[in-house]
Amino acid sequence: MKVLPCGDRAVLIDCASLDEAQGWFAALHDEADAVLGARTVLLRGEPSDLRALVDRSEPGDITAAEAGDEIEIPVTYDGPDLADVASHTGLSEDEIVAAHTGTPWTVAFGGFAPGFAYLVGGDERLAVPRRESPRTSVPAGSVGLAGEFSGVYPRSSPGGWQLIGRTDAVMFDVDRDPPALLAPSAQVRFVETRSGQAP
Amino acid sequence: VSLLVIDPGHLTLVQDAGRPGLGVQGVGAAGAFDRTAMRQLHALLGDPPEAAVLEVLAGGLKLRAEADHRLAVTGGIGPVHVDGEHVEHGRAFVARAGQEVLVGPVGLGLRAYVGVAGGLEVDPVLGSRSADTMSGLGPPRVAAGDVLEVGPPAHPAEVEDVPALLTSGVTTVSAIPGPRDDWFTDDAVRAFFSAQWTVSARSDRIGVRLEGPSLERRVTDELPSEPCVRGSVQVVSAGTPVVLGPDHPVTGGYPVIVVVLDDHVDRLAQVRPGETVRFTRQPSP
Repeated sequence: MKVLPCGDRAVLIDCASLDEAQGWFAALHDEADAVLGARTVLLRGEPSDLRALVDRSEPGDITAAEAGDEIEIPVTYDGPDLADVASHTGLSEDEIVAAHTGTPWTVAFGGFAPGFAYLVGGDERLAVPRRESPRTSVPAGSVGLAGEFSGVYPRSSPGGWQLIGRTDAVMFDVDRDPPALLAPSAQVRFVETRSGQAP
Repeated sequence: VSLLVIDPGHLTLVQDAGRPGLGVQGVGAAGAFDRTAMRQLHALLGDPPEAAVLEVLAGGLKLRAEADHRLAVTGGIGPVHVDGEHVEHGRAFVARAGQEVLVGPVGLGLRAYVGVAGGLEVDPVLGSRSADTMSGLGPPRVAAGDVLEVGPPAHPAEVEDVPALLTSGVTTVSAIPGPRDDWFTDDAVRAFFSAQWTVSARSDRIGVRLEGPSLERRVTDELPSEPCVRGSVQVVSAGTPVVLGPDHPVTGGYPVIVVVLDDHVDRLAQVRPGETVRFTRQPSP
């Protein structure tokens, strides 16, 4: 782990893995304005204070204390990229659904848009590249795959992920506290439905 | 007690101190791009730091006062008129009920800030009235026919006038190398600090795009997404650094070669497309 400079109002903790970054995030997010990345944790404040804070801290245990609630997300698996994902993975469309729903996912980090969460820890056979050319508009509620990640688009936006389904789950709502459905370390289980609505 | 928008000009947004601290929700801070100009308005009008103001890109805003209001204009400089009478930039003035306020084309700088004693009372979203152009949070862009409610004036003015902090010519800002300067060759880091960068017309509140020398990477891997800040200079392709502005995404997938000092980012709100920016190296704190 290294503490890297990030201007005059922040530092960036650079870790070897997502697990290590999650540990530092768990240890420090109550002490400082912290944001988690894939291998990093940003801390905002006076850099010398933050370096001292990191020096006297230890990464937290993410397996016990921080493992959050399990959230079920109902999905209708009729995405436009199912056939492409099948050819990338060698799985049938039914096997893709079974793989996506069969293993719980964990919220790694957010940041692409309000309420967007990068999910990790799913079935390794589902790792697929991004689409060669991103779509200019992906509908809200689209469920996608890219690299080791899965995720749900909170609102209509451009996007390059492979879309396998859609959900009615509201990923972000400014009138909810907290607004984002998925917080770092929450567990997510996708459940197949015909309609995209809760069973 | 309100202002009626007759013409919003090119792009006028309601801005305030933003919504910091929500990065974990994927929500950026947004807020006024030139915070210095907004603070000047608050001082001129006796408004608190959280009071909302108008950020007027390039000018062209026309308002009608629906009651007697004290207003002021700071930031980018252009002619300001009340019913055709010239009023001074950087000094509070009164618009009587029915009078029209015109913030003309900005000739020096890029963003004019228009405040009214009492602040604008549009509905806050997640604790802020700032329009975030990337996420869509906050009020929509100001449109003709909008009625902007004004709050009760809070305090007497703290100052009578404020200086215009704009200069023509090259804008210089200080920046601290990192967090990913080691992903670039030593020559690239040197070139970054010695070059005269031209501001691209494709710049906005998400990022100020720069054109200049090619910055060669030492590490060509894809960067795992990492959090960034206002002022982070992402190098999205060899010759295109982007200085992230207030509406930047919370995380990004491009290496950040330097981060501009937080106070100095305000100066970049006022640099016009085609103008020149230079960076001076500041050691890591």
